[in-house]
Amino acid sequence: MKAVYFAWVRERIGKAEEELDPPADVATISDMIAWLKTRGQEYVYAFENSRSIRAAIDHAHVKHDAPISGAREIAFFPPMTGG
Amino acid sequence: MPIPTIRVQRGTFDAAAESAALAAGRTDIGAIVTFTGLCRDEGGRLARLDLEHYPDMAEAEIGRVAEEALRRWPLLGVTIVHRYGPIRPGEAIVLVVTASSHRVAAFEAAEFLMDYLKSNAPFWKKERLVEGTDGGWVEAKREDQEALVRW
Repeated sequence: MKAVYFAWVRERIGKAEEELDPPADVATISDMIAWLKTRGQEYVYAFENSRSIRAAIDHAHVKHDAPISGAREIAFFPPMTGG
Repeated sequence: MPIPTIRVQRGTFDAAAESAALAAGRTDIGAIVTFTGLCRDEGGRLARLDLEHYPDMAEAEIGRVAEEALRRWPLLGVTIVHRYGPIRPGEAIVLVVTASSHRVAAFEAAEFLMDYLKSNAPFWKKERLVEGTDGGWVEAKREDQEALVRW
Protein backbone atom coordinates (compact mmCIF):
# COMPACT_ATOMS: atom_id res chain seq x y z
CA MET A 1 0.00 0.00 0.00
CA LYS A 2 0.97 3.60 -0.40
CA ALA A 3 1.33 5.87 2.63
CA VAL A 4 1.13 9.64 2.15
CA TYR A 5 1.98 12.33 4.67
CA PHE A 6 1.07 16.01 4.86
CA ALA A 7 2.10 19.22 6.64
CA TRP A 8 4.23 18.68 9.76
CA VAL A 9 3.73 14.92 9.66
CA ARG A 10 5.42 14.99 6.23
CA GLU A 11 8.17 17.32 7.49
CA ARG A 12 8.92 15.21 10.56
CA ILE A 13 9.04 11.93 8.62
CA GLY A 14 11.08 13.59 5.92
CA LYS A 15 9.13 12.25 2.96
CA ALA A 16 5.78 12.87 1.30
CA GLU A 17 4.97 9.26 0.43
CA GLU A 18 6.29 5.73 0.46
CA GLU A 19 5.28 2.18 -0.41
CA LEU A 20 4.74 0.06 2.71
CA ASP A 21 4.07 -3.60 3.34
CA PRO A 22 2.98 -3.85 6.98
CA PRO A 23 2.90 -7.27 8.68
CA ALA A 24 -0.39 -9.17 8.74
CA ASP A 25 -1.15 -8.34 12.38
CA VAL A 26 -1.33 -4.61 11.54
CA ALA A 27 -5.12 -4.46 11.25
CA THR A 28 -6.19 -0.89 12.04
CA ILE A 29 -4.97 2.69 11.72
CA SER A 30 -3.87 2.52 15.40
CA ASP A 31 -1.85 -0.61 14.66
CA MET A 32 -0.34 1.10 11.64
CA ILE A 33 0.79 4.09 13.72
CA ALA A 34 2.30 1.77 16.35
CA TRP A 35 4.10 -0.18 13.61
CA LEU A 36 5.37 2.98 11.88
CA LYS A 37 6.82 4.16 15.22
CA THR A 38 9.06 1.08 15.25
CA ARG A 39 10.60 2.16 11.93
CA GLY A 40 12.70 5.03 13.24
CA GLN A 41 13.00 8.18 15.31
CA GLU A 42 11.43 10.32 12.58
CA TYR A 43 8.21 8.31 12.89
CA VAL A 44 8.32 8.45 16.69
CA TYR A 45 8.60 12.25 16.39
CA ALA A 46 5.78 12.52 13.81
CA PHE A 47 3.42 10.34 15.86
CA GLU A 48 4.51 11.41 19.36
CA ASN A 49 1.02 12.77 20.04
CA SER A 50 -0.70 10.11 17.98
CA ARG A 51 -4.24 10.89 19.17
CA SER A 52 -4.08 14.25 17.41
CA ILE A 53 -3.11 12.66 14.09
CA ARG A 54 -5.87 12.35 11.50
CA ALA A 55 -6.01 9.56 8.94
CA ALA A 56 -7.71 8.87 5.64
CA ILE A 57 -8.11 5.62 3.70
CA ASP A 58 -8.48 5.95 -0.06
CA HIS A 59 -9.27 9.67 0.25
CA ALA A 60 -11.94 9.48 2.97
CA HIS A 61 -11.51 10.38 6.64
CA VAL A 62 -11.40 7.42 9.05
CA LYS A 63 -11.05 6.96 12.80
CA HIS A 64 -8.09 5.20 14.39
CA ASP A 65 -10.04 1.96 14.86
CA ALA A 66 -10.76 1.67 11.12
CA PRO A 67 -9.55 -1.56 9.47
CA ILE A 68 -6.86 -1.07 6.84
CA SER A 69 -7.37 -4.29 4.90
CA GLY A 70 -7.77 -3.62 1.20
CA ALA A 71 -6.55 -0.01 1.53
CA ARG A 72 -4.64 1.26 -1.47
CA GLU A 73 -3.63 4.61 0.04
CA ILE A 74 -3.43 5.61 3.69
CA ALA A 75 -2.84 9.25 4.59
CA PHE A 76 -1.63 10.69 7.89
CA PHE A 77 -1.84 14.39 8.66
CA PRO A 78 -2.40 16.97 11.43
CA PRO A 79 -5.82 18.47 12.14
CA MET A 80 -6.81 20.49 9.09
CA THR A 81 -6.64 24.28 8.88
CA GLY A 82 -8.38 25.08 5.61
CA GLY A 83 -11.14 27.57 4.97
CA MET B 1 -30.92 18.05 -6.09
CA PRO B 2 -28.58 20.48 -7.83
CA ILE B 3 -25.05 19.36 -8.64
CA PRO B 4 -22.55 21.41 -6.64
CA THR B 5 -19.75 23.21 -8.46
CA ILE B 6 -16.45 22.48 -6.70
CA ARG B 7 -13.00 23.66 -7.69
CA VAL B 8 -9.62 23.38 -6.01
CA GLN B 9 -7.21 25.74 -7.72
CA ARG B 10 -4.00 27.69 -7.33
CA GLY B 11 -5.19 30.92 -8.89
CA THR B 12 -7.61 33.48 -7.57
CA PHE B 13 -11.35 33.65 -8.26
CA ASP B 14 -14.01 36.26 -8.96
CA ALA B 15 -16.69 35.98 -6.26
CA ALA B 16 -19.17 38.20 -8.11
CA ALA B 17 -18.80 36.19 -11.31
CA GLU B 18 -19.30 32.89 -9.45
CA SER B 19 -22.43 34.25 -7.78
CA ALA B 20 -23.77 35.56 -11.08
CA ALA B 21 -23.09 32.22 -12.78
CA LEU B 22 -25.13 30.42 -10.14
CA ALA B 23 -28.13 32.67 -10.76
CA ALA B 24 -27.82 33.00 -14.55
CA GLY B 25 -31.01 32.25 -16.45
CA ARG B 26 -33.00 31.34 -13.33
CA THR B 27 -36.07 32.94 -11.80
CA ASP B 28 -36.63 30.59 -8.85
CA ILE B 29 -33.74 31.82 -6.68
CA GLY B 30 -34.71 34.29 -3.96
CA ALA B 31 -31.47 34.44 -2.00
CA ILE B 32 -27.77 34.06 -2.68
CA VAL B 33 -25.19 34.13 0.11
CA THR B 34 -21.60 34.65 -0.99
CA PHE B 35 -18.88 34.10 1.61
CA THR B 36 -15.23 34.86 0.87
CA GLY B 37 -12.48 33.93 3.33
CA LEU B 38 -9.41 36.18 3.05
CA CYS B 39 -5.81 35.95 4.18
CA ARG B 40 -5.16 38.39 7.10
CA ASP B 41 -1.77 40.02 7.71
CA GLU B 42 -2.00 39.19 11.45
CA GLY B 43 -1.15 42.71 12.54
CA GLY B 44 1.49 43.20 9.84
CA ARG B 45 3.52 40.12 10.84
CA LEU B 46 2.47 37.80 8.00
CA ALA B 47 4.02 37.96 4.51
CA ARG B 48 1.98 35.08 3.12
CA LEU B 49 0.34 31.76 3.81
CA ASP B 50 1.47 28.62 2.01
CA LEU B 51 -1.50 26.30 1.71
CA GLU B 52 -0.62 22.64 1.38
CA HIS B 53 -3.39 20.29 0.31
CA TYR B 54 -4.07 16.63 -0.44
CA PRO B 55 -4.92 16.89 -4.13
CA ASP B 56 -6.52 13.46 -4.53
CA MET B 57 -8.80 13.99 -1.53
CA ALA B 58 -9.62 17.71 -1.48
CA GLU B 59 -12.32 17.81 -4.15
CA ALA B 60 -13.86 14.55 -2.96
CA GLU B 61 -14.07 15.73 0.65
CA ILE B 62 -15.49 19.15 -0.28
CA GLY B 63 -18.00 17.26 -2.43
CA ARG B 64 -19.10 15.14 0.55
CA VAL B 65 -19.60 18.29 2.67
CA ALA B 66 -21.58 19.93 -0.15
CA GLU B 67 -23.78 16.83 -0.56
CA GLU B 68 -24.55 16.96 3.16
CA ALA B 69 -25.59 20.63 2.88
CA LEU B 70 -27.84 19.74 -0.07
CA ARG B 71 -29.50 17.01 2.01
CA ARG B 72 -30.13 19.36 4.93
CA TRP B 73 -31.32 22.55 3.20
CA PRO B 74 -33.53 23.20 0.17
CA LEU B 75 -30.72 24.70 -1.88
CA LEU B 76 -30.97 25.59 -5.55
CA GLY B 77 -27.22 25.77 -6.08
CA VAL B 78 -23.85 25.53 -4.33
CA THR B 79 -20.42 26.69 -5.51
CA ILE B 80 -17.25 26.13 -3.49
CA VAL B 81 -13.77 27.22 -4.59
CA HIS B 82 -10.71 26.57 -2.39
CA ARG B 83 -7.24 27.81 -3.28
CA TYR B 84 -3.87 26.26 -2.47
CA GLY B 85 -0.28 27.44 -2.81
CA PRO B 86 1.05 30.85 -1.77
CA ILE B 87 -1.62 33.36 -0.71
CA ARG B 88 -0.81 36.91 0.38
CA PRO B 89 -2.66 39.11 2.87
CA GLY B 90 -5.72 40.62 1.23
CA GLU B 91 -6.09 37.74 -1.22
CA ALA B 92 -9.03 35.35 -1.11
CA ILE B 93 -8.55 31.76 0.10
CA VAL B 94 -12.01 30.23 -0.07
CA LEU B 95 -15.40 30.95 -1.64
CA VAL B 96 -18.77 29.51 -0.67
CA VAL B 97 -21.88 30.50 -2.62
CA THR B 98 -25.30 29.13 -1.69
CA ALA B 99 -28.58 29.80 -3.48
CA SER B 100 -32.07 29.11 -2.25
CA SER B 101 -35.66 30.35 -2.58
CA HIS B 102 -35.41 31.98 0.84
CA ARG B 103 -32.59 33.54 2.81
CA VAL B 104 -32.54 31.34 5.92
CA ALA B 105 -31.49 28.21 4.05
CA ALA B 106 -28.82 30.11 2.09
CA PHE B 107 -27.35 31.73 5.23
CA GLU B 108 -27.41 28.55 7.32
CA ALA B 109 -26.00 26.33 4.59
CA ALA B 110 -23.13 28.77 3.90
CA GLU B 111 -22.21 28.79 7.59
CA PHE B 112 -22.47 24.99 7.83
CA LEU B 113 -20.26 24.61 4.76
CA MET B 114 -17.57 26.92 6.14
CA ASP B 115 -17.58 25.23 9.56
CA TYR B 116 -17.12 21.83 7.93
CA LEU B 117 -14.55 22.96 5.38
CA LYS B 118 -12.38 24.36 8.18
CA SER B 119 -12.25 21.05 10.03
CA ASN B 120 -12.65 18.46 7.25
CA ALA B 121 -11.16 19.75 4.01
CA PRO B 122 -7.56 18.50 3.69
CA PHE B 123 -5.70 21.83 3.65
CA TRP B 124 -2.94 23.02 5.98
CA LYS B 125 -1.70 26.59 6.36
CA LYS B 126 1.92 27.46 6.95
CA GLU B 127 2.85 31.04 7.87
CA ARG B 128 5.68 32.91 6.18
CA LEU B 129 6.63 35.99 8.15
CA VAL B 130 7.52 39.50 6.96
CA GLU B 131 11.12 39.12 8.20
CA GLY B 132 11.53 36.17 5.82
CA THR B 133 11.29 33.37 8.36
CA ASP B 134 9.04 30.34 8.61
CA GLY B 135 6.21 31.11 11.04
CA GLY B 136 5.26 27.46 11.45
CA TRP B 137 2.05 25.57 10.78
CA VAL B 138 -1.20 27.18 11.83
CA GLU B 139 -2.73 25.12 14.64
CA ALA B 140 -6.31 23.95 14.40
CA LYS B 141 -8.48 25.96 16.78
CA ARG B 142 -10.56 24.26 19.41
CA GLU B 143 -13.46 26.60 18.63
CA ASP B 144 -13.45 25.43 15.01
CA GLN B 145 -14.00 21.88 16.21
CA GLU B 146 -16.63 23.03 18.72
CA ALA B 147 -18.44 24.95 15.98
CA LEU B 148 -19.46 21.62 14.41
CA VAL B 149 -21.51 20.60 17.44
CA ARG B 150 -24.40 22.95 16.66
CA TRP B 151 -25.01 21.25 13.30
